[in-house]
Amino acid sequence: MSGTVDPTVLNLMVFVLAVFVGYHVIWNVTPALHTPLMSVTNAISSVVIVGAILAAGPSDPDFGSILGVVAVGLAAVNVAGGFLVTQRMLEMFKKKQPKAKGSE
Amino acid sequence: MAPAMSANQITLLYLVASVCFILALKGLSSPTSARRGNAFGIAGMAIAVLTTLAVIAKGRIDLVLLAMVVGGTIGAFVARRVQMTQMPELVAAMHSLVGMAAVLIAIAAVNNPASFGVPDPLPTGNKLELFIGTFVGAITFSGSVIAFGKLAGLGKQFRLFSSAPVVFPGQHMVNLALALVMIGFGAAFFLADDKAWTAFAVMTAIAFVLGVLIIIPIGGADMPVVISMLNSYSGWAAAGIGFSLNNSLLIVAGSLVGSSGAILSYIMCKAMNRSFISVILGGFGAAEGTAAAGTGDKTVRSGSSEDAAFLMANAESVIIVPGYGLAVARAQHAVAEMTEKLIEKGVNVRYAIHPVAGRMPGHMNVLLAEAEVPYDQVFEMDDINGEFGTTDVVLVLGANDVVNPLAYEKGSAIYGMPVLDVHKSRTVLVNKRSMASGYAGLDNPLFYMDKTMMVFGDAKKVVEEIVKAID
Repeated sequence: MSGTVDPTVLNLMVFVLAVFVGYHVIWNVTPALHTPLMSVTNAISSVVIVGAILAAGPSDPDFGSILGVVAVGLAAVNVAGGFLVTQRMLEMFKKKQPKAKGSE
Repeated sequence: MAPAMSANQITLLYLVASVCFILALKGLSSPTSARRGNAFGIAGMAIAVLTTLAVIAKGRIDLVLLAMVVGGTIGAFVARRVQMTQMPELVAAMHSLVGMAAVLIAIAAVNNPASFGVPDPLPTGNKLELFIGTFVGAITFSGSVIAFGKLAGLGKQFRLFSSAPVVFPGQHMVNLALALVMIGFGAAFFLADDKAWTAFAVMTAIAFVLGVLIIIPIGGADMPVVISMLNSYSGWAAAGIGFSLNNSLLIVAGSLVGSSGAILSYIMCKAMNRSFISVILGGFGAAEGTAAAGTGDKTVRSGSSEDAAFLMANAESVIIVPGYGLAVARAQHAVAEMTEKLIEKGVNVRYAIHPVAGRMPGHMNVLLAEAEVPYDQVFEMDDINGEFGTTDVVLVLGANDVVNPLAYEKGSAIYGMPVLDVHKSRTVLVNKRSMASGYAGLDNPLFYMDKTMMVFGDAKKVVEEIVKAID
């Protein structure tokens, strides 16, 4: 064993572990909440906004950074829209004195 | 802004954000913990965005903030105004935005890798990942646009948006050929020493076309699968971008979303007893009418809303089976009112939800929740299917294939599909607009049973009439 680990290998490790976590967490989601699940995952996948912000970052605007700004705007629609609409739906599910058991 | 953070600090903050996202999904295991989960999601996103803003503090932060405010305002506006019946369209539209953002970021990364802290020119490994992230993002974008059109019922304006499958001879061969050409140009892109713009552009353009071609042959009622699948793609696109930028946060978030969409697709396919491949290949429902032919001279008993009201008000137990027809007619509020009146009369009323009822996973649950139906009255198929045998009256509202007892008969097109055992109850009331067969093009023997009474008409109108008649 010598030398440093290639970043791709580390990325692969993170990826595989995250897929496992995702698999186990998602199977526990109650079917009644599958629509909020879709909208919140939508919001979460707009974390690409991080990449968009980096792309838009350079002080000298060029072709790439303009695309970055556009991407920030698109992803921001999703971040705000995704979390807010999820919130709105979940508010509905809390209404009325909920008894202990949901529809699992 | 604070002085620039070290790479370690940034990565640790990204780790915190990743954990928040996992907790957001974990919260959805029950309606009581779901709102806290969503708060974790928002916190995670805030950490991720603020950290990244600090990284570019010396750059064009003004433009970035402007874009965020504009985008965020639009998103917030849509989120407040959208009707719950329109959730499938909204989700499809949002998938397309993620896909497009991924493509734009990929182009920016090819243009100037240094702004992401990645070596310029991009190493071959990162280029391979960028290629994957780009084409998945492009397919997500154009596929979601088509899915949006189909869900929003824009078929009349533009033929590709038709909710009927759009098929042409040799379709699968064309798709396969295009996919191979796309991979060829992708390989040319990541094996080249320079930026290889031409290969990249051709590859991306083909991916956009493929997204359209993949979704057009899929029929309206397969939409729960399609929308879950695009959900999954949008996650994989984010993960692909994360790989090429060596960004763990994007990889974690993308993988979570990707596996979520994949699991939902699996659940939906299973509930329709169809393989994922057969849904993707599409064309189901195109040969409508062949199976429905030869129904012969079976008689249907039909009755008025008043008859239905009388039967339900005098029953001990009622189960309501909502389907897509309820969503189309926006009848959820009327149904909730009817339920309340029946409960006042001492009737035990429950709802039975088939996993593929509606146009997206969990669609019916959200509609009922909007109408303030308490979620402990709403049951999933597996929990309530044993109860139909002891139920007096079942009211089927705009559902067809999911209550078709043909699923138990060998040789029928839907044999083996899990269905709600509505036919086992004492009396069945079916509300439909007409006797047209369901999406599977199958006749439904349930409608011809002696214990079945059809109540024809728009779901909302019929239910409102029932509400009036109950007093």
